[in-house]
Amino acid sequence: MFIRRTATRAIAIAGAAALVGLALSGCTPSSGGGSGDASQITFLAGGNDPVAIKTAKDLVAGFEKKYPKINVKVNTRPAGTDGDNIIKTKLSTGTMEDVFFYNSGSLFQALHPERTMVDLSSQPWVKTLSNDFKQTVSVGKKVYGAPFGSTFDGGVMYNKKVYAKLGLSVPDTWADFISNSQKIKAAGGITPVLASYGDTWTAQLFVLADFANVSAQDPEWASKYTANKAKYVDPPALAGFQDTADVFKLGLMNKDYASLTNVNALKLLATGKAAQYPMITVTIGNLAQSNPEAVNDIGYFANPTANGNSHATVWEAGGAYIPKTTTGGKLSAAEKFLAFLNSPAGCDIQNKASAPAGPYATTNCKVPADAPALIADEQKYQDAGKTGLALEFISPVKGPNLSQITVQVGSGISTAAQGAALYDQDVKKQAQQLNLPGWN
Amino acid sequence: MMTTTSIAPAAAAAEGASRGKTPRRRGRMKSFYPSWFFIPAVALYVVFFAVPTFASFYFAFTRWDLFTAVPIGFDNFVQFFQDPQLLNGFIHTFEYGFATSAVKVVLGFAIALLLTGPIFARGYLRAIIFFPVLLSTIGVGIMWKSLLDPFHGVVNAALGFLHLPQPGWFTDPHLALVTIMGVDVWKGVGIATLIFMAGIVAIPSEYFEAAKVDGASGWKILRTITIPLTRPATATVITLSLIGGLRSFDLVQAITNGGPGFTSEVITSVIYKEYQAGYFGLSTAGNVVLFIVVTAIMVPLTAYLNRRSVEL
Repeated sequence: MFIRRTATRAIAIAGAAALVGLALSGCTPSSGGGSGDASQITFLAGGNDPVAIKTAKDLVAGFEKKYPKINVKVNTRPAGTDGDNIIKTKLSTGTMEDVFFYNSGSLFQALHPERTMVDLSSQPWVKTLSNDFKQTVSVGKKVYGAPFGSTFDGGVMYNKKVYAKLGLSVPDTWADFISNSQKIKAAGGITPVLASYGDTWTAQLFVLADFANVSAQDPEWASKYTANKAKYVDPPALAGFQDTADVFKLGLMNKDYASLTNVNALKLLATGKAAQYPMITVTIGNLAQSNPEAVNDIGYFANPTANGNSHATVWEAGGAYIPKTTTGGKLSAAEKFLAFLNSPAGCDIQNKASAPAGPYATTNCKVPADAPALIADEQKYQDAGKTGLALEFISPVKGPNLSQITVQVGSGISTAAQGAALYDQDVKKQAQQLNLPGWN
Repeated sequence: MMTTTSIAPAAAAAEGASRGKTPRRRGRMKSFYPSWFFIPAVALYVVFFAVPTFASFYFAFTRWDLFTAVPIGFDNFVQFFQDPQLLNGFIHTFEYGFATSAVKVVLGFAIALLLTGPIFARGYLRAIIFFPVLLSTIGVGIMWKSLLDPFHGVVNAALGFLHLPQPGWFTDPHLALVTIMGVDVWKGVGIATLIFMAGIVAIPSEYFEAAKVDGASGWKILRTITIPLTRPATATVITLSLIGGLRSFDLVQAITNGGPGFTSEVITSVIYKEYQAGYFGLSTAGNVVLFIVVTAIMVPLTAYLNRRSVEL
């Protein structure tokens, strides 16, 4: 009796210990064997929306056709800040997929690439990258990411048919932009400037897309900003907040601005019910899905400035990365996947899965002839040398509350100056968290 | 001391209570189960509850990006209280907690009175009022968000048909928080009603009969019998709804995400956003603050409410 009880007790303890062990270890990734490619790798797509999933699946299908022995399993994640946290959690617990898509620039820097990712500097495709892109996925001299998707611009997307009908021309100064908008309003029935605060991120566009103009006026602004020496409450950066406030004050926005979503706003723009939309051109991919017939009616111009000479703000392509936890056969398979991504075959798949919104970051990829017409408008700024990178690629400082603050400014809850001051405070908190010099 | 039978502590407790003192329960209680019975529960409790709780008190004092945690003393707390959104969130949280709690008490009591009375289809009506409680909060939020959509929602369409004003329920900065409170009451009043019904039904019918014989009016019966004798139920409703209101998050998240701007931000949504932004140490500090604040309100309140119910 005594022996039996002790035995049961021992089993129970062992069971409990095993349970705890299981809970603690979670699902640690097992690395493949030393020689040859692993037969299966995992791949984390850049989101869970239809375009992200389709792109990932098409790429995998193309890759598996070329390398029939390697099987790639696609996982998805939410986009936005929830996705950021999932990426950070996976990397810090060693459970990251063998290949993952993520932003380049400051979000990439926040992942501590030198500790968490495989150095890809010696990969053959690195030579084909544009210098701008290479910077946004590098720490020091080491390159950690392959480009995924095209570059794109921020500014104003407009309906060319509406412009033609009302005899308007592309504005270069803010005054021209406002007078165009007032003519559209006077014509009746067409929304001059779309605002879609149902998706709060869209409210930031006047501020974010004005950054090339800020850089044009003060090339050192970004580094001063990182060092806590330049602020949004002062010109030239304040202009973006003033623009946001202006279109509201002048009554140029759609009346359902507070609840309209990005996708529905794009439909209004495509059908000519609205004329202008401060946006990033990557959204042309969504428009191509909802209103394919109208893709080439949409044009682009850079955010207009007070004294003209407006510059286009450029966002770099996203990145594809390999975590340090991927080794051996899985690593060589993952490297092949990245190489495929940046081969002409991989580019074709990217072009088919979603409409490109600008030139590619690798010379291996070409924009197809039937690409959306607004790429030509973006190219004009490139050719004239009137472009600048978005702030998120040249400074690690970005406050998390900009979208809510710009909603406040854009719906008249606070003034442009109050909004800018609030954002400066928001940024201070983030810079202190990052432990940047000059902020403590 | 009390090791012989398990009835002893209970008896001592009853005795202590009757003398108006709190009972001493420090003695080693005899368990009916061998100790290995508890090991799985203890292991799970330690791993999933005890360790995270104590770890959070440590991480609240660090700058933590999930990769490294640098101890920084009280900086997180200092920063948390300098946050302009925080004060705003605190005020909204209190407005939300107290307003929804009060409305649930009044409305829940009124509906309970109705549903314990002799009315048509009582069982059916009782079920109806309780249904929203069974729904997922996020589901309720999304449903009301589409019903109350200022331009495409059913509610405003109906108001427009009747030529009434069509407010921007969750898009008007002055109305957003009130709208969320309304949805919270709609979802939560069923449970308050249920508790009040149980309280009202438990009152012996002799009291009402005696009052009727003495010629008391309905109003007087309500004031002197039903309300005082449902005090324990009231205490329960206040406690539950106030705790629920102070830590409300899911409805805010589903309907407005704190917007427009920051006009419907509550303390939990501020903390969540700090977590989202990657300020893990700071948001942990926020949770520690929330824990302390809710405890500071609820412990005295519960003690007060329970004391009143004992006196009756």
